[in-house]
Amino acid sequence: MFNIPLFPEQASGFAGRVDNLYFFITAVTAFFAVLVVVLVFVFATKYRRRHADQVGVPVHGALALEITWTLIPLVLAMVMFVWGASVYFALAKPPSDTMEIYTVGKRWMWKFQHVTGQREINELHVPVNKPVKLIIGSEDVIHSVYVPAFRVKMDAVPGRTTTLWFTATKPGRYHLFCTEYCGMKHSGMVGWVTVMEPQAFQTWLAGGPASGNMLEAGQKLFTDLACVTCHRDDSGGRGPSLKGLFGTTVRLQTGASVKADENYLRESIMSPQAKIVEGYQPLMPTFQGLVSEEQLMQLLAYIKSIGPTGTAAPTATTAAPAGQPAAQPAAAGAPATP
Amino acid sequence: MPNGHADTAHHPALQHHFDNLEQQQDAATFGMWVFLVTEVLFFGGMFMAYTLYRYWYPDGWVAASHHLNVLLGAFNTAVLIGSSLTMALAVRAGQLGERRGQVLFLVLTILLGAVFLGVKVVEYADKFEHHLVPGPNFLFDDARYARPAQIFFSVYFAMTGMHALHMIIGLGLLTWLLLNAIKGRFTREWNTPVEVVGLYWHFVDIIWIFLFPLLYLVGHH
Amino acid sequence: MDTATAAPRVDYLENGHTWQSWLLTRDHKRIALLYLFGVTFFFAVGGLFALMVRLELLTPLGDLFEAETYNKLFTMHGVAMVFFFLIPAVPAVLGNFLVPIMIGAKDLAFPRVNLLSWYVYMVGGLFTMGAVILGGVDTGWTFYTPYSTAASNTHVIMTGLGVFISGFSSILTGFNFIVTIHKMRAPGMTWFRLPLFIWAHYATALIMILGTPVVAIAIVLVALERTLHIGIFDPTLGGDPVLYQHLFWFYSHPAVYVMVLPAMGVISELIAAGARKEIFGYKFVAFSSLGIALIGFFVWGHHMYVSSQSIFAGLIFSVLTYLVAVPSAVKVFNWTATLYKGSISYDAPMIYAFGFLGLFLIGGLTGLFLGAMGLDVHVHDTYFVVAHFHYVMVGGTIMAYLGGLHYWWPKISGRLYPEGWARFAALVIFVGFNLTFFPQFLLGYMGMPRRYHMYPEEWQVLNVLSTAGASILGTGYLLPMIYFTWSWRKGPKATANPWGATGLEWTIPSPPPTENFIETPIVTAPAYDYAHQEEHVA
Repeated sequence: MFNIPLFPEQASGFAGRVDNLYFFITAVTAFFAVLVVVLVFVFATKYRRRHADQVGVPVHGALALEITWTLIPLVLAMVMFVWGASVYFALAKPPSDTMEIYTVGKRWMWKFQHVTGQREINELHVPVNKPVKLIIGSEDVIHSVYVPAFRVKMDAVPGRTTTLWFTATKPGRYHLFCTEYCGMKHSGMVGWVTVMEPQAFQTWLAGGPASGNMLEAGQKLFTDLACVTCHRDDSGGRGPSLKGLFGTTVRLQTGASVKADENYLRESIMSPQAKIVEGYQPLMPTFQGLVSEEQLMQLLAYIKSIGPTGTAAPTATTAAPAGQPAAQPAAAGAPATP
Repeated sequence: MPNGHADTAHHPALQHHFDNLEQQQDAATFGMWVFLVTEVLFFGGMFMAYTLYRYWYPDGWVAASHHLNVLLGAFNTAVLIGSSLTMALAVRAGQLGERRGQVLFLVLTILLGAVFLGVKVVEYADKFEHHLVPGPNFLFDDARYARPAQIFFSVYFAMTGMHALHMIIGLGLLTWLLLNAIKGRFTREWNTPVEVVGLYWHFVDIIWIFLFPLLYLVGHH
Repeated sequence: MDTATAAPRVDYLENGHTWQSWLLTRDHKRIALLYLFGVTFFFAVGGLFALMVRLELLTPLGDLFEAETYNKLFTMHGVAMVFFFLIPAVPAVLGNFLVPIMIGAKDLAFPRVNLLSWYVYMVGGLFTMGAVILGGVDTGWTFYTPYSTAASNTHVIMTGLGVFISGFSSILTGFNFIVTIHKMRAPGMTWFRLPLFIWAHYATALIMILGTPVVAIAIVLVALERTLHIGIFDPTLGGDPVLYQHLFWFYSHPAVYVMVLPAMGVISELIAAGARKEIFGYKFVAFSSLGIALIGFFVWGHHMYVSSQSIFAGLIFSVLTYLVAVPSAVKVFNWTATLYKGSISYDAPMIYAFGFLGLFLIGGLTGLFLGAMGLDVHVHDTYFVVAHFHYVMVGGTIMAYLGGLHYWWPKISGRLYPEGWARFAALVIFVGFNLTFFPQFLLGYMGMPRRYHMYPEEWQVLNVLSTAGASILGTGYLLPMIYFTWSWRKGPKATANPWGATGLEWTIPSPPPTENFIETPIVTAPAYDYAHQEEHVA
């Protein structure tokens, strides 16, 4: 009659795992809750005070009992820890060939940028049964991307790039919420994720206005902002070549090594003095305030595409081989090349 | 029977909720140690911020630190250590019942503390002139390190400022001690306030002994 | 121990009637009553804000208040309740009143510091109320950066100042308790003869002095960032907004143990008296308080699993979070075992204790869901978390606080409260509480985010149930306010030991004389020595 829901739809590969952990912990907690409540009721009734100056019967502590009811909860707690950690590892480790969508949170809207050029505001279209990775940033304060039906969530932290991945398993439309308080219209910063069958998704990708391929936009920025002046493809530039860089290990002036991931690239653009590559001078100016979060995403996408594996390959275009300009725009209804 | 009341005159400093003077002294000293633990945590938060940002911006940290005057910092360190010595001597004088000696050493401690603060005023004024106070007027000569330098100076002012505030409070406490010492309130039997303020003063000194190398000597070999 | 047989002493309530004798008192018992006045005021303020929040949530649209107003309401509800009610209530009211008496002392070690702590609390409260009156603050009680430092245009600094100042009240109280418990125990009162209320307050005091300074720094840095834009938390200036979260939660997680440990101490006393038996596993309960205080300092990152914290850090925090759950479980089992072969009373304090057992159980157990990293990803920042912490804070701390107020009311006021009304109120509170907060677990798992005033229609039924519960709960809370006030003048006079309980506080008159004990007692019995009570009672 009331139709009180108990849990959201299971629409991603994770949902089942998360729900199973939830059911296990519910069962364990229900067991102990019932146990204690029943015992309290029974004792309170059976041993109720029968006359005014009755005292209780001293029962001396039993070490064995104390140890038992310390160890059993400890063991159960460790089981929950390991299980929870294992689910988290799955959530945190995307497979290597995900479809990447750049996501920017800004008060109070979500902007989704497909590499092929589609821009969506507060709507996200994804294909079913394909791993999707959101590369997330914020233009202002901390936000958080949350899709309950997928059981995924990740904060959008200004000054950092975070990621979240999922494989949607059921076509449909699902709530998306901002779930880190961000000011006046926080409860209005919501949207919808539409999961589509592959054909429908291709049709959607092909139709509608495209604002230009993200990789092309990134490459244009790379030229317009004069990055190309120092970061030449040969090794003669004042800055290291970025060709084949993304994902590799970089040796720094201090002797330390660091992985060239999204956050390394972001930091190199915003705080270039923080990490100087071995053999180079600290000459690069900061671009803080000169590039918006979205532009930063475009640069990231471009630099990733000229990396050793060209990992930013979108589904509707072919992966750009290193050194060549990014692939053709998506408009022509090109067949999907997963 | 542990009841300080019923007997003949008890020590004028004994507070009535204590059974005897020894319990009171014990409580006061222990209390100061507990208070100093909270101070460690208080400064600890700032030391943590320092550590984090130094780890992230090592070159910027070096560049910013070079704008501090090592000579003045070292001088101040010596002054403060000296004041800890005079403080310890003031405590000792009290324990030996030497009122004149105690007054002398308390005066010296206050003077040295005032010198320290005077030097800090000079340093702060210099930073202000050179646009090194974080805020809208901050200007760092090496543009590469402008942002980490501003963070360095924020940490510098926060930590030395907090330290200076503790010193000012300490000077206030020392003045109160001095006035009471002159009136002869502290005896061999009851020297606890001096000991307790002494603990506080040594703590303030130790904080500076950490601050000096961490702030002034970054990148100096 | 002997009760008053010699010349009648003036009780502490009669010992001076001028306002100076109250506002300049050094008597820990009067200071406890000053705090009672303060915390009750802030409870009412926070409760009023809660009511307004729940009214808005009756409908899916944001139609009762403007968004900005709603954001201020939930923020100020949190600030008032956490910093000005939950943290001081049990320690500064019941703790201040009882710690010296329970250990056989005439007062705390530093009575003037105690009075200072109240003034500091009230000044902090004034700043915060000032911010409320001037238009409020909308950052959430957690003040996350960079929203609080760069985006919010409300009275962040004034509220922060209020919280900062009142933090010193906490530090001074903790400091006073530690020195008192170490140095002022009566002869024969060894550590393992102390009531468990004292162990709980000792552990709490450790947290107060070690954790509060760190949040003080966090607030100072927020204020500096907001005024001077120095760049500590601002990413555009090279700072790190997540650093704030570490500094904030380093205190605010142990703070929840500051809120719950004293409550657990109260429960130990209520159950021992309500069952007329020593607490089963006394040493285990005592050590578990210390264990919770210690481990509680190392779990703060469980608030940050999705904040871009590294997986490695998350693992450490998760395993420690599960470890800290174990001592709480041990306490619940020991309390339950105490009931076995006890002589169980059904008086109001015991009803509250039963309520605590059930509600704290659910609250604590739901913490296990949140500690699991993979599951927390789904429920973090949803109503699941809101339900969890209200179960432990309200179902736990407030139930224990009320139970303690009832239990010690005869001692504090010299009067008896009306037992029938008290039991009725306890039941109303229990029912109202569950109706308010249980639906929120379901809402949270469904995905309803926190701090939302609009929500999808399909969640309205659960929200309506929750609001209905809140109105019942609010009514339940009004009842004790009314009958306690009534009993102050009109209640039947209480004897020294109306419950027939053990403990030094029941050996002195109700209300006690200002100096508590005419002669310092000499303790020879263990705590809760009901087996040999006749030998000790006058």
